[in-house]
Amino acid sequence: MSAAEEVVTEGQAVEAVPKRAMTLGTGTSLTVLVLLLVIPLLVKNFIIFQMTMLLIYGVAVLALNILTGGSGQFSLGQSAFYAVGAYTSAILMEHAGVNYALTLPIAGLICFAFGFAFGQPALRLSGVYLALATFALATAMPQLLKLGYFEHWTGGVQGLVVTKPDAPFGLPMSQDMWLYYFTLVVTVAIYVGSINLLRSRSGRAFMSIRDNEIAASSMGVNVSLYKTLAFGVSAGITGVAGGLGAIAVQFVAPDSYTITLAISLFLGMVVGGVGWLPGSFVGSAFIIFVPNIAESISKGLSGAVFGVLLFLVIFLIPHGARQIAIVGQQLAGRLRR
Amino acid sequence: MELFTNQILAGISTGAIYACMALAIVMIYQAIDHLNFAQGEMAMFSTFISWQLMQWGIPYWVAFVLTLAFSFAAGIAIERALFKPLTKAPILTQVAGFIALYSIINSCAGLIWDFTIKQYPTPFGSSPFLGSQLISTHQAGMIGITLLMLLGLFFFFRYTRIGLAMRAAASLPESARLVGINTSWMIALGWGMAAAIGAVAGMMIAPVVFLEPNMMLGVLIYGFAAAVLGGLTSPFGAVVGGFLVGVFENLVGTYIPGVGNELKLPIALALIITVLVVKPAGLFGRPIVKRV
Repeated sequence: MSAAEEVVTEGQAVEAVPKRAMTLGTGTSLTVLVLLLVIPLLVKNFIIFQMTMLLIYGVAVLALNILTGGSGQFSLGQSAFYAVGAYTSAILMEHAGVNYALTLPIAGLICFAFGFAFGQPALRLSGVYLALATFALATAMPQLLKLGYFEHWTGGVQGLVVTKPDAPFGLPMSQDMWLYYFTLVVTVAIYVGSINLLRSRSGRAFMSIRDNEIAASSMGVNVSLYKTLAFGVSAGITGVAGGLGAIAVQFVAPDSYTITLAISLFLGMVVGGVGWLPGSFVGSAFIIFVPNIAESISKGLSGAVFGVLLFLVIFLIPHGARQIAIVGQQLAGRLRR
Repeated sequence: MELFTNQILAGISTGAIYACMALAIVMIYQAIDHLNFAQGEMAMFSTFISWQLMQWGIPYWVAFVLTLAFSFAAGIAIERALFKPLTKAPILTQVAGFIALYSIINSCAGLIWDFTIKQYPTPFGSSPFLGSQLISTHQAGMIGITLLMLLGLFFFFRYTRIGLAMRAAASLPESARLVGINTSWMIALGWGMAAAIGAVAGMMIAPVVFLEPNMMLGVLIYGFAAAVLGGLTSPFGAVVGGFLVGVFENLVGTYIPGVGNELKLPIALALIITVLVVKPAGLFGRPIVKRV
């Protein structure tokens, strides 16, 4: 084999997305926020529940987006962090009687530590190897949760039932609606925080690692620190999403957090557009609603219909929902002129 | 000591399954530079085709050859129809495409042949091999076929023009195009070959794990692990990796107390990751030198 074959200019796994292209404009963001505030007042409880799940998965996809779109690392292990977050919240609420709102930051912190620790060995791996390592984590997690040692806390295979919180201060709201607004507040906080994170010094460090690791390290970026930090932040946010998910679904069990969840989150990121944070919520809508649509089109062939729809999406918009947003922006710019 | 040797033998015989699959994975990785998540499902579908042919009364080896031809053609067709248009799309989008393909094939096979478990014949018989209770003649035959395929691939890539062209197209596409290689067709050819190898793997595995649409799921995971362990650039490494994973898995299940069937997979994967942390390109892979 020739020497030329061994020296490969490393192809970028993740496209470079400029910082400014990562978010929506202020006007659009506010419009979306107002819509999110008003819609629940007009629809049924079940739809409110689905919107809650949309926000929760959106946060989880956002977390993956920070890791992959921000720092260029690939993960199929997000379901593990989601599971840890969900179990932390559930155990704290049911065994220790902690208030549901307080369990979320704890879940976030624990997952941050877990992700940071996992990021250490993962540092030596990249690309498919990292994918395999994270994949291993995702397959191991449900089995670990089933282990007899923890059964007293985790409820083993049976899982744990979580009580749904009531609206506080005697607000005249259904539980679903209260939970929706609670989730919305957390989501907005995380979204704004993430955008600011990516605009900060650390965010620029993430992106420089994504775009060219060697160049980043020669510019003085502490590559290993920021890589593990990206893992930690992503895991922490996923953990909060997991905690919210546990409260919303009112139930945690090992088999809800299999590799399928990790793959869904990955698909959500791709459909939404890698590196485009608002796209996370579009992607989350895709992974929540499209399987249902596929099921309603054909029961026996729902998997095939889902696959075909997914192919359609990636054929039409290979760069995800971001592509539509960019075209929209250009059109708007032309109209203004 | 006898327990130990027996477990190793048993490990080798399950390892042969993983080696088969890993070989197919490495093949397509060489051709297109990605892991194909739908590989297992493609193999499963091919196996169903051969089963259907045999149900219609066609003898085993004729069905075998027909299935290989079908898989080869289907692999090329899938590449031309679905993945060629995505060549310019980001890599992660292509990975999403693999997942979509997985979902489509799995669901179609389930609809055509339903999810009941089916017996699959073996051409080698299933009596004990050389008096050993642990390896049957089928498993020995499977190991033989895997090694034969490996040898064939080695000669193909090493000594034929088209093999050389494929390697060139995979490692440096632009330079390959400049010397007149049709890189786009090389990729299609890689898909075809990977599908055919996958079909062989599927037909060898089916008598052991039985035929049903989800039969490849576990095998694919171990196959990936084996391919990554052996080094994704080396077909030989993939086969060795397959056997190693099989042996690992068996020894872990036997010697570590409290490890049931459920924990075997996580522990095997953890071991593999430990190996990777020490040797990031896999045991036999060539490390890639990065250029700024």
